[in-house]
Amino acid sequence: MMRLALLLTLLAALNAALFLTSLLTGPAGLSPAPALAALIRGEGTAETLVMREIRLPRALLAAMIGASLGLAGAAMQGYLRNPLAEPGLLGVSGSAALGAVIALQTGLAAAFTLALPLAALIGAVVAVALILALAGRHGGSITLILAGIAVSAMAGALTALVLNLSPNPFAAAEIVFWMMGSLADRSMTHVWLALPLMALGWALLASLARGLDALTLGEDVAASLGHALPRLRLTLVAGTACVVGAGTAVAGAIGFIGLVVPHILRPLVGARPSHLLAASALGGAALLLAADIAVRLILPERDLKLGVLTALVGAPLFLHLIYRTRREGLT
Amino acid sequence: MPRPAGPSTLASPRASDLAALTVALLGATAAAAGPPQRVVSLNLCTDQLAMMLAAPGQLVSVTHLAADPMMSVMADQATGFPLNHGRAEEIHALTPDLVLATNWTPRHTFSLLERLGLRVEQMPLATRLDQIPGNIAHIGALLGREAQAQALVEDFHAGLAALAPPPGARPRAVLHNANNYTSGAGTMAAELLALAGLANIAEEAGIIGGGNLAMEQIVMLAPDLVIQAQRYPGASRAEAVMDHPAMLALRDRGGGALADAEWVCGTPHVLRAVARLAALRDAAEGGE
Repeated sequence: MMRLALLLTLLAALNAALFLTSLLTGPAGLSPAPALAALIRGEGTAETLVMREIRLPRALLAAMIGASLGLAGAAMQGYLRNPLAEPGLLGVSGSAALGAVIALQTGLAAAFTLALPLAALIGAVVAVALILALAGRHGGSITLILAGIAVSAMAGALTALVLNLSPNPFAAAEIVFWMMGSLADRSMTHVWLALPLMALGWALLASLARGLDALTLGEDVAASLGHALPRLRLTLVAGTACVVGAGTAVAGAIGFIGLVVPHILRPLVGARPSHLLAASALGGAALLLAADIAVRLILPERDLKLGVLTALVGAPLFLHLIYRTRREGLT
Repeated sequence: MPRPAGPSTLASPRASDLAALTVALLGATAAAAGPPQRVVSLNLCTDQLAMMLAAPGQLVSVTHLAADPMMSVMADQATGFPLNHGRAEEIHALTPDLVLATNWTPRHTFSLLERLGLRVEQMPLATRLDQIPGNIAHIGALLGREAQAQALVEDFHAGLAALAPPPGARPRAVLHNANNYTSGAGTMAAELLALAGLANIAEEAGIIGGGNLAMEQIVMLAPDLVIQAQRYPGASRAEAVMDHPAMLALRDRGGGALADAEWVCGTPHVLRAVARLAALRDAAEGGE
């Protein structure tokens, strides 16, 4: 426990430092002290507008979405007992993006406020349910990955189709945003749009902690401890769909965070899924905050997509995991 | 809408007219066989100039964009023509004896039409006001309608002369388009702002030609006026920047919208855009 507490404290400190760096990164060239003063005091100056309406929502969304993806990755891996499970790779994020795009282009998102995250949620539910039905707890890694490829391909194609059919001349160019994700020019509106569903999803996924621990002892033991598999599965589907749907609706599909973060942290927290959930949430927030600072430093004028950076880190690790999984004969 | 950027030097309009008329005379000699009878236009801007200048029946087809009121100030006139989509096959089927293209026409379409034996003429799109008379004369000469072109050029100069920038303070404005795209020094948009008595903050920020100005920078430059582009149907993240709370806060101080149709092409219609900008300026002045 001491070791876990230390790790969580360190991760929290890392998040605080990255959050502050994110607030102080941007093209307006504000110096740190006056910028933070403007953020806190809020005197209606241009600095306040930049800090409160442009940089604060960006940093908040990075932390919220990163935590969501880390948490969802750890929960899926715990339930499926498979280190390759991750919302991006399994097409959950892609399906959420499809839901969001449909809500935006049909005008549903403009008609009532929560239509955008709810539509993304429906997309994510369909994908998670489909994946669990196809691969389940007893399907091998190959089945899982193949199901993910199929769901991703279908969601990607339909997203591109909807955007190409849009009467808006800019829509088709945004296929890359929905597939790679970006936090540029998001606002507090997006924070409030994503937060309710996301918080619900966090609570659902956190409630899985003891069930996932029990599951490591086998399904029968878990059931005798009051953690029946069907209920765990339902909670996992709902929780993952809530956090991934809400995040993707405002920032697009950001991949690999749910894969990379649990993988790095697993050796540090030991074998207990409950510990990994907490650590992965903090780790995911830190990774996305760092990625979002990096895209602003590498190409400040270009809105480099977040998914580019996370894939550059995540894809080699994914290959390594596939190699190791095969060597250990887990297929 | 992205617009091509040009060098920022401003020659006197009259000097460029002389050059344009020389081009026009040469063009007339080349077309000694008589003016073309079946003209097809491949670009929104040549559509509009051709509709203003062509003899009845001479123009066979314009692009579908010319009939779109969001893009074209001459949508009503354009609905009278068969509309094309700029595809080589449909152009060839119209059996034109002159195809009007621009320097923005896709290279492969252009060469395919030439290989099909069609006469294709390119008009460089105007990126500055002083290029407009030249383009009018160019299209007039290609159509064998020099007198009409001359009259249109004279009207344009008269309209331009009547639009002396108003005296007094020059409120600082930003043109805010989808994706935070704006128009800096050397663009026709910047010239129109200046004619309307507005200072362009994109030029303060050192933007030459068209470019993106980060929202943070726009907020820090604190413009008096935010002039945003029109909205298209459907939704896009690119356009969502215009509804960002930070931009709404700026727009509360002053602002308005300008339709793409009014200035996307270098035609005499751009003078209407100046009048509209000047009205926004006066409203901002009155509000202070």
